[in-house]
Amino acid sequence: MTKKTIKINFDTGWDLAPAPESTSHIQLNEQYELFIGGKWVKPSSGKYFATVNPATEEKIAMVADANEKDVDKAVKAARKAYNEVWSKMPAKERGKYIYRIARLIQEKARELAVIESMDGGKPIRESRDVDVPLAAAHFFYYAGWADKLDYAFPNRKPQSLGVAGQITPWNFPLLMAAWKIAPALATGNTVVLKPAETTPLTALKLAEIIQEAGLPDGVVNIITGAGETGAAIVNHNDVDKIAFTGSTGVGKIIQNAVAGTNKKVTLELGGKAANIIFEDAALDQAVEGIINGIYFNQGHVCCAGSRLFVEESVYDIVLRKLKDRMESLIVGNPLDKNTDIGAINSKEQLTTINNYLKIGKSEGAEMYQSNCVVPKKGYWCKPTLFTNVSQSNRIVQEEIFGPVLAIQTFRTVAEVIEKANNTPFGLSAGVWTDKGSKLFNLSSQLKAGIIWGNTFNKFDPTSPFGGYKESGFGREGGLHGLKPYLKF
Amino acid sequence: MGIIDRIDRITSRSIKDETKLQGLKLALNMVDLTTLEGADTENKVRQLCNKAQHLHDAYPGLPTVAAVCVYPNFVKTAKQCLKGSGINVASVATAFPSGQSSLEVKLLDTKIAIDNGAEEVDMVISRGKFHEGDYNFVFDEIATIKEACGKSRLKVILETGELGSFDKVRKASDIAILAGADFIKTSTGKISPAATLPVTLVMLEAIKDHYYKTGIQVGMKPAGGISNAKLALQYLMLVKETLGADWLTNQWFRFGASSLANDLLMQIVKQQTGVYQSKDYFSKD
Amino acid sequence: MSRLEILKTYKIYIGGKFPRTESGRYYTPKNGSTPLANICLSSRKDFRNAVVSARDAFGGWSGATAYNRSQILYRIAEMLEGRKAQFIDELTKQGSTKATAEKEVNVAIDRIIYYAGWADKYTQLFSTVNPVATSHFNFTLPEPTGVVSIIAPEDTSLIGLVSAIIPVITSGNTCVVLASENKPLCAITFAEVINSSDVPGGVINILTGTRKELQSHMASHMDVNALLYAGSDKKEITALQKQAVENLKRVVVRDFSTNYDEKHNNPYYIEDFVEMKTTWHPIEKIGAAGSGY
Repeated sequence: MTKKTIKINFDTGWDLAPAPESTSHIQLNEQYELFIGGKWVKPSSGKYFATVNPATEEKIAMVADANEKDVDKAVKAARKAYNEVWSKMPAKERGKYIYRIARLIQEKARELAVIESMDGGKPIRESRDVDVPLAAAHFFYYAGWADKLDYAFPNRKPQSLGVAGQITPWNFPLLMAAWKIAPALATGNTVVLKPAETTPLTALKLAEIIQEAGLPDGVVNIITGAGETGAAIVNHNDVDKIAFTGSTGVGKIIQNAVAGTNKKVTLELGGKAANIIFEDAALDQAVEGIINGIYFNQGHVCCAGSRLFVEESVYDIVLRKLKDRMESLIVGNPLDKNTDIGAINSKEQLTTINNYLKIGKSEGAEMYQSNCVVPKKGYWCKPTLFTNVSQSNRIVQEEIFGPVLAIQTFRTVAEVIEKANNTPFGLSAGVWTDKGSKLFNLSSQLKAGIIWGNTFNKFDPTSPFGGYKESGFGREGGLHGLKPYLKF
Repeated sequence: MGIIDRIDRITSRSIKDETKLQGLKLALNMVDLTTLEGADTENKVRQLCNKAQHLHDAYPGLPTVAAVCVYPNFVKTAKQCLKGSGINVASVATAFPSGQSSLEVKLLDTKIAIDNGAEEVDMVISRGKFHEGDYNFVFDEIATIKEACGKSRLKVILETGELGSFDKVRKASDIAILAGADFIKTSTGKISPAATLPVTLVMLEAIKDHYYKTGIQVGMKPAGGISNAKLALQYLMLVKETLGADWLTNQWFRFGASSLANDLLMQIVKQQTGVYQSKDYFSKD
Repeated sequence: MSRLEILKTYKIYIGGKFPRTESGRYYTPKNGSTPLANICLSSRKDFRNAVVSARDAFGGWSGATAYNRSQILYRIAEMLEGRKAQFIDELTKQGSTKATAEKEVNVAIDRIIYYAGWADKYTQLFSTVNPVATSHFNFTLPEPTGVVSIIAPEDTSLIGLVSAIIPVITSGNTCVVLASENKPLCAITFAEVINSSDVPGGVINILTGTRKELQSHMASHMDVNALLYAGSDKKEITALQKQAVENLKRVVVRDFSTNYDEKHNNPYYIEDFVEMKTTWHPIEKIGAAGSGY
């Protein structure tokens, strides 16, 4: 007599009706210029490019393409503002400007969240509940440091650097802009910022907010463009500091470009984080942590927990719980309030991810995807996991930047520490165990800039973030986040 | 930690239109309409039974509640009133709500309820013994009462508000399930905190693990503190995403509530008419 | 006939509400020979009630996130900025020139913003992770001390009060404040500002009255954890320090006579009212390189 396979039946017939977030209240221009010297300035080349909604493949707006001339204009404006206004202003007044920016972000929070989801593909729940509030909090936190820098560096006299050139990525567009601009301004620097070419809109809305806050002209300049614009910023000889968040490949190009100059650099690059589940972890909660670590924000997270290590004795149970939980994840319209996993940011990224899925299968790994339905138009990837993999697989070594998880087992503490560290990356790691001494043992030996113990993907403006090894250097957030923008 | 995060995801679900109406009707069908006051009288119970059968006659096609829940000495009256309605009579028993009494008294309490015709019995566990670490005692007590229930279904109240931590709730759930509970229930409704979403999740997970091990289904009932329809829908969403279709019926999920029914009715009417309702238009029995 | 003004009644501020003193008494401070208003002469029972409110509010206020507290402090500044004209008016009534009054309010607002900025940072300054010689994770961090009695500076109506109160509550303490005896008007209007700034009731309680009557209770109450005394009277200070002994109250004496000095903007004013807690937890030693902090 065969034993009936016991399975939870998720086919309830009680399905969620669409719950779209309203877009009627937002204000978007058809075309955006460059924000230089406190004004909106046309690009020298007269060229514009489209930014597209990855869920619908429709164009949202045209944005300017800045070339070397425009970059030069922006840096000059930043330098003028630094010399004549910003470096002379009393620190506490600087702080007050930054408070104003924080407040305005709070006031316009819903509009920013909707635009962020439309431009980048992330679910409205993420942009509304995580991205925008954290961005405001970042400005609030750093505003308070402006007139207190002497306390952060005992026995040293901190001074601003001058003009900071900043390049931000497409996975958390507004939040990354906040991570860059807030500490730079608090420490007395002026800024030229270039958002990613697929997600320029919230940075441009931030420019409007900065105008509304009355920030003196040229203190923050926001220019749009692609790789060449970024290179022009990096190579400009009147920029004192470069801050970059993006892929390890481009990070290396930048480090190369500034070699031999006096420019200070911080890089926040890719990762392939290990998420480690021990037998004595609270397993249901650990599963929630796994899901959080790789599927939310479509896996477009540098610190994503993309390498799962499960202690062999609980492998079957964890896998079963993981698959069950994946069934309740909804992939769909980012503006629907029930969507858990939104659109893949761009056609290019989807191609990259699908390529890795092919590679995984060809390497002999077993692929599993949940049973969700994805919309016909737009760029989508179902939550995916690979079993039957090991450290030598490409899908285990290389950063996929998508909702794709690779699962391995381990038997001892020593073994998993070694495997977790066996990567050129070192941005983050997760450890799940109810035993405190084990947790601290692991956290002290894992070579990663952020260790999450019994939790994952937690961020706070007071908490420093940054990587070891090829995940980059320098820290953003917290007291440690001030240092990259100062000299002593 | 993960429990709170999971609940945050559930509570931010947006339940609208058809989904909402379907959910509201399902929730109504899962209510155990309850009166457990020291001041209860025969007439109070009669009125409650009447309400159970005439929830809101102005609106045809509504489902009935699942059961009426009363003290053992009112089971007879309730059975009379509800004759032919299809609504069950559930009785609390075992020195409800404190459970601080001898096994003899608890068995007699149960016997009276059963003899008078209760189809369901809601018992309380001995929290004191649980905190003493005497888990065998707690187990044996449940098993004994289960035996006394015969064909009637046994709900075991853990009184989660007195247990102190999620780990203890999980432990108590496991004990009750293994001892033969047909349902595990959060609270007596007599203390605060009563039912909460996080505690419910812990109990649902215990039920799920047991199901995977044995293929046996156990029901779940959050009770107390669920006073509005929005919250009830969040509970249903939690069940849907944790245990799926097989538990979304009043055979395996109940709400222990008194004022919830009227709020559900108000929301159902609002969904149909598009107009916000006032409490004045819904009978209070 | 021109329109008759509605005159303001000055009550005290306890538990987020504005009761009159339970004693029903009043006194009339003057500016020269001009009476200012009938001010509540608070009794020891008012003080007792205020301590109960402050204690009740402590759990919630100290349990709030630092971010939340900083937002609330910032809001107090916002509300004060909005009410500037009213405060300038009250200050001139109490003897200031218009210019001094305006300066006093501006400095008060900026000082609140200064401390709002510390709320989510002072922990980073005053905490340590300690590299002990045994295999333990060991960290020290500050916790708010509890309920603090504050005897506000006598010589100013607003800036002294604000400078005394704000650093105390930044870390999560709650307080009972005795306003300046002769210049009490701004204290009560400031209570209105606090009340409209999302500050939970009981976090700040403000009484008006005399030092003579209330000081000893503020120093001896067994459920008060610390005392901040603004002034320099040696006899008073010694008496208070002696009365504080029974429950080992922490006593802090500060001279606020130079109100506009930058020294009153510093995180050590926060540190004066916290306790340092050190926690140990073992680190098991398994694995490659050797573990530990």
